[in-house]
Amino acid sequence: STTGACRAIQKLTRVRVVDNSALGNTSYHRPPKCIHVYNKTGVGKVGDKILLAIKGEKKKALIVGHKMPGPTMTPRFDSNNVVLIEDNGNPIGTRIKTPIPYILRRKEGEFSKVLAIARNFV
Amino acid sequence: FSLSGCRASGDGKPAKFQPPPKPVIIDKQKQRAERRFLSPEFIPPRGRTDPLKYYMERKDMIQRRKVFNIPEFYVGSVLAVTTADPYANNKSNRFVGICIQRGGKGLGATFVLRNVIEDQGVEICYELYSPRIQAIEVLKLEKRLDDNLMYLRDALPEYSTFDVNMKPVSRLDHEEIPVNKLQVRMKPKPWSKRWERPKYNIKGIKFELPESKMKEAQKWSQPWLEFDMLREYDTSKIEEKIWKEVNEGLKK
Repeated sequence: STTGACRAIQKLTRVRVVDNSALGNTSYHRPPKCIHVYNKTGVGKVGDKILLAIKGEKKKALIVGHKMPGPTMTPRFDSNNVVLIEDNGNPIGTRIKTPIPYILRRKEGEFSKVLAIARNFV
Repeated sequence: FSLSGCRASGDGKPAKFQPPPKPVIIDKQKQRAERRFLSPEFIPPRGRTDPLKYYMERKDMIQRRKVFNIPEFYVGSVLAVTTADPYANNKSNRFVGICIQRGGKGLGATFVLRNVIEDQGVEICYELYSPRIQAIEVLKLEKRLDDNLMYLRDALPEYSTFDVNMKPVSRLDHEEIPVNKLQVRMKPKPWSKRWERPKYNIKGIKFELPESKMKEAQKWSQPWLEFDMLREYDTSKIEEKIWKEVNEGLKK
């Protein structure tokens, strides 16, 4: 028997970059894909860091929304959203238009700069 | 002003006093009581569990409803829900969306609201009886042709966008709930589920597929299912009892 489709983010999932960074918005013949999840399990949920392969480069990113239904009262997005990030946690873009879940504020220390550039919250 | 005093025949004598006809009072309260709405989570599922469990759950549900007003709504109505969120500024979070599904029975009853914000589709599953919910407002009360609007995920985003600052649509109390016979246009295939198949029995999509595809989908129809007697679950008598119980509980 086979397992059902895992709608959270794991290796080789195609993701959508939602900030306004140049790397995320310029088109390339291959979509950005996850190549590693920094987690004990290989499944990434909202607030996990992953390694992305974009335009032939490796870049870290933060998951801000996925298609998998989570705990009740948390939003479920129609696409797997991701924000590009440096190794120290600074976001590369300057603005995030798409809505971000409020759950990210739990780890205010790590993600404060990402939350500062976000416009809408859900 | 009564015309009985002046008679066309020209009798001359004053006519016998005829009192004016009694006014007919239409009691809107009675008309309202005739349309009963019992929330679907009160009806117990078919099974062999002790009805005592459902009775205790209903008592708790009635207790919660006395403290917090859960309005009547159907799948397809637009709601605005404010929840208490420790991570939001002002500690409360307001979300507006169309109800696409009502699931669960008893205290775990849920409803899913969908909206498209900034070209991103967002769905939130709320628990009706959760103490975190501070207010539920019905902005537009209406029904749709289906019980389950999950196909809105594969429909064009314009059918799921609702203004966050929408004003509540006013409606008279005694009117029937309007049924929106909207036929939704879909994005090109592939869809998350094959909505053209008869097992979903969807009436609210305008299928622009070729006839051959629609015929092929009918291959999966199971016309014997509606006549299956073992699957029958008649809830009319159970609903009557529960309706009386809930009403008495709420009046106390």
